[in-house]
Amino acid sequence: MIVQANFSALRETRWYEYLIRFVLGGAMTVIAGLIADHFGPIVGGLFLAFPAIFPASATLIEKHTRERKEKAGLTGARRGREAAALDAVGATLGSFGLVAFAFIIWLLIERAPALALALATVAWLAVSVLVWMFRRWL
Amino acid sequence: MLEYILRFLAGGVAVSAFAVLGDALRPKSFAGLFGAAPSIALATILITLSQKAAPFVAAEGRSMIVGALALAAYSWTVCVLLKKLMMSSLTATMLALIAWFAVALGITSMLFGIR
Repeated sequence: MIVQANFSALRETRWYEYLIRFVLGGAMTVIAGLIADHFGPIVGGLFLAFPAIFPASATLIEKHTRERKEKAGLTGARRGREAAALDAVGATLGSFGLVAFAFIIWLLIERAPALALALATVAWLAVSVLVWMFRRWL
Repeated sequence: MLEYILRFLAGGVAVSAFAVLGDALRPKSFAGLFGAAPSIALATILITLSQKAAPFVAAEGRSMIVGALALAAYSWTVCVLLKKLMMSSLTATMLALIAWFAVALGITSMLFGIR
């Protein structure tokens, strides 16, 4: 299956659902900073990979899929959970990309901060996509 | 105080941007990759670099490797709870946080001796 972008799907998300994710993301970034200030970089670094908005995102995916199926006259509860589970599979694969991101930050940030950030972001995307493609190939 | 306002705004924007990408992309398993996007890390590292020395950020990066492995365990647990135990997304994602904390703190205490 080819990867596609369907921006009309964004209309299913209500304004307050965007707001919830913005606030959760902002709050978690503040909390991660406070933890790093208080407990140091070892504990603080862990929270840079904390699944802060995962519960909100998974709940939205389940809700939107269920609503779509119910509109079509189908029972959507199981489909909703399956869609959220597929999203979780993707996040599991993406975590390996996040490992690559963190590894590059650790190795390069002291020598070339801007390059480290750029390379780490590219590595996150490349490793995530490669692992995803490999899983589909299996 | 200004630092934390900046953190809040940068984190909110970064998380929302990756979440919007995840909403728009298909198939769903590909969109899920953006659930593990380095959104909080990008926002935090940029601000931390302006406040603290680079070795502090490098130590955070090293520790984040463990956090990312914990995220893999977390999202795999969410998948199992949703598919095998038929839990709702909210229950599954909240319950699976136990897996994140267990893996993150377990490996950290083994490697770095944090108690």
